[in-house]
Amino acid sequence: MDLKLDHYTEGDTEIVVVEGEIDVYTAPRLRELLIDLVNKGNFYLVVNMEKVEFLDSTGLGVLVGGLKRVRAHDGTLDLVCTQERILKIFRITGLTKVFGIHDTVQEAIDKRSSK
Amino acid sequence: MATITLTISALPAHVRTARLMAATVARRAGIAASAIDEIRLAVGEACSRAVAAHKLHCPTQPILLQLIDGSGPGPVSDPHDDTSNPALRANGSTTRRFEVVVSDRAPSKDSEETVNHVEPLLDGLFLDGDDTPPGGISGFSPGLGLAVITGLADEVSIDPQDTGTVVRMSWPLSTDQPQEPSSN
Repeated sequence: MDLKLDHYTEGDTEIVVVEGEIDVYTAPRLRELLIDLVNKGNFYLVVNMEKVEFLDSTGLGVLVGGLKRVRAHDGTLDLVCTQERILKIFRITGLTKVFGIHDTVQEAIDKRSSK
Repeated sequence: MATITLTISALPAHVRTARLMAATVARRAGIAASAIDEIRLAVGEACSRAVAAHKLHCPTQPILLQLIDGSGPGPVSDPHDDTSNPALRANGSTTRRFEVVVSDRAPSKDSEETVNHVEPLLDGLFLDGDDTPPGGISGFSPGLGLAVITGLADEVSIDPQDTGTVVRMSWPLSTDQPQEPSSN
């Protein structure tokens, strides 16, 4: 399956909905979207990965790149993911310590708001 | 013993083809369901790394993927011996294995693709990492892909040479009957 991207605004947070496979072929599209959102002043991002079927290190790189960009504006990039197959690659690479990973979009928003 | 060989052009779009084929062949070989995702991801990482290396050094050269069903620790044996050798049926480290070999033709001397430097690599990545390198997508080094492979495959060997790098990954075959391939 190819990659489908969507996004919507929830308060001061921009929710990015990713569906399909994030790999070396499709990751540039996600990267472009994240860059575009940051360039438009969206510094609080939540990437909903519940419908992601595949994620490799290229996709991780794009997410980390997005994180670096929002952090440059004191922003945040949190993830929503409960799929073990996807979480595994975050664990292998140690990125569970870098990203806030939540069960739901609302939880991601609430935890940031409470900080 | 059965070997399937796939040759792909060094294009990102073909990486998906490679990993889907690997997953299908692995399923057919009888790999445990829990390991199919690992194989798909590891093969994708190996092919992504190879594609990136070819883009830099030899974009017109193909990348070779070999999927070896039932490979033991020794040399390739007669296909007809696959089910007749009792040793291959043992349940342990010497059981039959599913092996994937990804061979590229890009010289490895320019890249520092060591697999034991995950922490420094990650530290540099999100604290001080540079932006997209030539031919890359993000600040990730190709070494991270290899590090992921080592975290996923049961056995890994990486042989970088001036004439290219060979990444060998293998997983033990389960004792269950091979499964029919299903849709991916």
